[in-house]
Amino acid sequence: MESVILQIAARHMRPLLIILSLVVLYRGHNEPGGGFIGGLMLGAAYILYAMAFGVAKTQNRFVFSPLNLTALGLLIAVVSGIPALFAGDTFMTGEWITLFADTVAELKLGTPLIFDVGVYLAVAGMLMLVMFSIMEE
Amino acid sequence: MNTGLFITLLLFLSFLAPFTRRYLRGAAGWIYAILPLTGFIYYLGLLPAINDGMVILESYRWIDVYGINFSFYIDGFSILFSLIVLGIGTFILIYAGKYMQTYPMQGRFMAYLILFMASMQGVVVSGNLITMFVFWELTSISSYMLIGYYHEKPEARMAALQALLITGFGGLALLGGFILLGIPYGTYELSAILANPDLIKQSPLYLPALILILIGAFTKSAQFPFHFWLPGAMAAPSPVSAFLHSATMVKAGVFLLARLSPVMGGTELWHVLLTLFGGFTMVAGAWLSITQTDLKRILAYTTVSALGTLVLLIGTGTQYAMNAAIIFLLVHALYKGTLFLMAGNIEKVSGTRDINMLGGLYKSMPVAAIIMTLALVSMAGIPPMLGFIGKELIYESAVFAPTAKYLILIAAFFTNTVLVFLSLRLSLDVFWGDRPQYGKRPYEPYFALLVGPFLLMLGGLLLGLFPKILAEPLTASAITSISPGHDAVGLKLWHGINTALLLSIMTLIAGIMAYKYKVAFIAYSGGVNVRYFAREFAKGFASGMDAFLLYTKNQTKRIQHGYHRYYLMTVFAVASVLVWVMIWRTDPIVLELNFADMPLNLVAVLVLIVAAALSAVVSHSRVIALIAMGVIGFGITIIFIAYSGVDLAITMVMVEVLMVILAVAVLYHLPKYQKYSETGDRMRDGLVAALVGSFMMVLVLQAGTSQLGVPISDFFKETSYTEAFGRNIVNVILVDYRALDTLGEITVIAIAALGIFSMIKLTKKVKS
Repeated sequence: MESVILQIAARHMRPLLIILSLVVLYRGHNEPGGGFIGGLMLGAAYILYAMAFGVAKTQNRFVFSPLNLTALGLLIAVVSGIPALFAGDTFMTGEWITLFADTVAELKLGTPLIFDVGVYLAVAGMLMLVMFSIMEE
Repeated sequence: MNTGLFITLLLFLSFLAPFTRRYLRGAAGWIYAILPLTGFIYYLGLLPAINDGMVILESYRWIDVYGINFSFYIDGFSILFSLIVLGIGTFILIYAGKYMQTYPMQGRFMAYLILFMASMQGVVVSGNLITMFVFWELTSISSYMLIGYYHEKPEARMAALQALLITGFGGLALLGGFILLGIPYGTYELSAILANPDLIKQSPLYLPALILILIGAFTKSAQFPFHFWLPGAMAAPSPVSAFLHSATMVKAGVFLLARLSPVMGGTELWHVLLTLFGGFTMVAGAWLSITQTDLKRILAYTTVSALGTLVLLIGTGTQYAMNAAIIFLLVHALYKGTLFLMAGNIEKVSGTRDINMLGGLYKSMPVAAIIMTLALVSMAGIPPMLGFIGKELIYESAVFAPTAKYLILIAAFFTNTVLVFLSLRLSLDVFWGDRPQYGKRPYEPYFALLVGPFLLMLGGLLLGLFPKILAEPLTASAITSISPGHDAVGLKLWHGINTALLLSIMTLIAGIMAYKYKVAFIAYSGGVNVRYFAREFAKGFASGMDAFLLYTKNQTKRIQHGYHRYYLMTVFAVASVLVWVMIWRTDPIVLELNFADMPLNLVAVLVLIVAAALSAVVSHSRVIALIAMGVIGFGITIIFIAYSGVDLAITMVMVEVLMVILAVAVLYHLPKYQKYSETGDRMRDGLVAALVGSFMMVLVLQAGTSQLGVPISDFFKETSYTEAFGRNIVNVILVDYRALDTLGEITVIAIAALGIFSMIKLTKKVKS
């Protein structure tokens, strides 16, 4: 089914949803949100697009296929546990660094954020993987 | 440098090999060989200090709770083995770089080979039983990859699987044995165990630990009745046979026995079992090798025989026997490595490995012929090679064996006679005599293919010529470290005229006689139908595997019936019954329902949810049922929001939306309801549903009243921001406190997604 309304909506919704998913991912540490929800949103953005334009056309837009995205997410999640080993802690201990300490732009970065990015990508990847397989049928 | 770093470097090199091979071209083998050579020099440099009685300990934390560490324990015995592994490994890499040049996937082959080298090196320097087990299993896995290198051949796959199953089974037994061994000590550290060797012998765990460890060692070292995997492993390319299946990996079992002999040895049982299995394997291996015609299979069976000899010597356990074991270990590694590499060369230049199709090769490849013949001189135990000293020591220890000395003596005599016979056969029948028509014109092998065999052979020669200066310093501390009560006996070529020498001369004569009447000898040996007996083992193993597979297939069919509704029903029923039992046992059930302070709008939502649930149950259309389920989901979302569970609400909305999309995509493919379920089925389903619903309800209501110690949520509330720098407790738990759980979860969903993906794609392919 080709629907112009859906297509226009999907075209404009996709970037918005992607940005929203990133916001949700980033703010997840202090406020409601996080990698899992963000991942679902990212997946939803592309599923909406696929419903409007078809799976084949959607997959052309990817640098990473859903399969690789899932794998990449898992890899990032695992790798995020490694810095702790160098700090002498056990695997997956959260390690933090603070940038621009005591200024307005104070920024705390830590391996849990990297881990969350991994979750985000893995969840989005697997969602698309499953949905696209079924929708292509 | 230290051992931990060295093994890490080897593993890293293995990781790099597939990517770099292409750019290094012909030089790849030479360049990769630099690392093991460095290790060889490093360990050689440690030798003087070790000979003065030093032991190097190295330890890296791993799992403190269980006393499991990455520990390394380096004494004379580890050094000797390290030198064998790395020395031969260096030449194997050089050889393989040339030998495999025309084959595809050479980079991967090199990677497996180096991986094996790293794991074997790990085994021999392990200072913790669990560390050793890990490396032990890694050798089995890399061996599997290497035997199955020609994976397009079914027999190579079969042989690889067979070797993996047998050594894997042994590895499992070994793990059990190690754990039992560790219990009385309270640690797995080798140094602690070696310091107090009698503790295990007084423990009731000694017997089970001994049996399990012996299974591990016997499977790895191809002792009867597990011997058959080793000849099968000859499906691997020649460098692999030379390295893994003669010089190093198969000796891991022997290594383990020798390593643990101060601890586990010295008892009657140890003595009897090792002598029996080792002696029988020694004779059987020699006997089976007589009728073989494939060069590599001949060598494989003599390897089985040599491994039996080593086990026998360790079981005998006298001073002479331990000396003989160490010397023979070295001798065998040197000559057998050479012979396997030469077998590869012969196949390469002549196109065949069948001894009946070979002959007269001396004219085409004189250098190779001389190298191989000298290695065979060592195998036959003729001076001045080190093999002679090894064989003298074996006879010596047989003469002084505490029990069954005549039996051992006869067995050793027979085995050595066969070795002399085979040495004659492998040299005279291959390089001299009639020259048959070859498929291609034989030529002298390349330098890279000869340098390894030459130097290994030279090692055997020099060690034999100068036993006092060279061989003794190399082996003395190895001998004392595996048999603390004994000293190394002086090594020399000429012992004067004694029983051992007389036996040697008789062996030689018997061997020559056997060669002279070889046709009759081989026919006789074949007539006893040993081949039949050898084949039965591999065949019996295969049919055993088939029967097991059939059994599991039937079991799986029963449990994995493929009906999703019954899976769900099983899960729900089991879970709810279990929880019900728990609830019943712990606290009296108190149901306090208080709707008084509930706002009216939420009551409306609740009524809506109940109504939707009822309509989902009675509806005759999937679409309506689905919509009703959606109403329930969004109703719950509203309740979450009302009680400020925003996180849950967002997730719920996302999940609900996606469920609808998913359901729509699937519904499209489903047929209409064909028939409705029977009343009986509905009653059953209703019962399960009621069970689940009621347990959930009671559980939630009980949660408020039951006191189960301090709730962990307080801890999270307090530390979430101070320690984990996040105010969103739910998310902090997910990505920090319980990150490992989350990692497990996303791994599971990724696997599930892969499963769905491949299922759909595969069925599509089958259809089209």
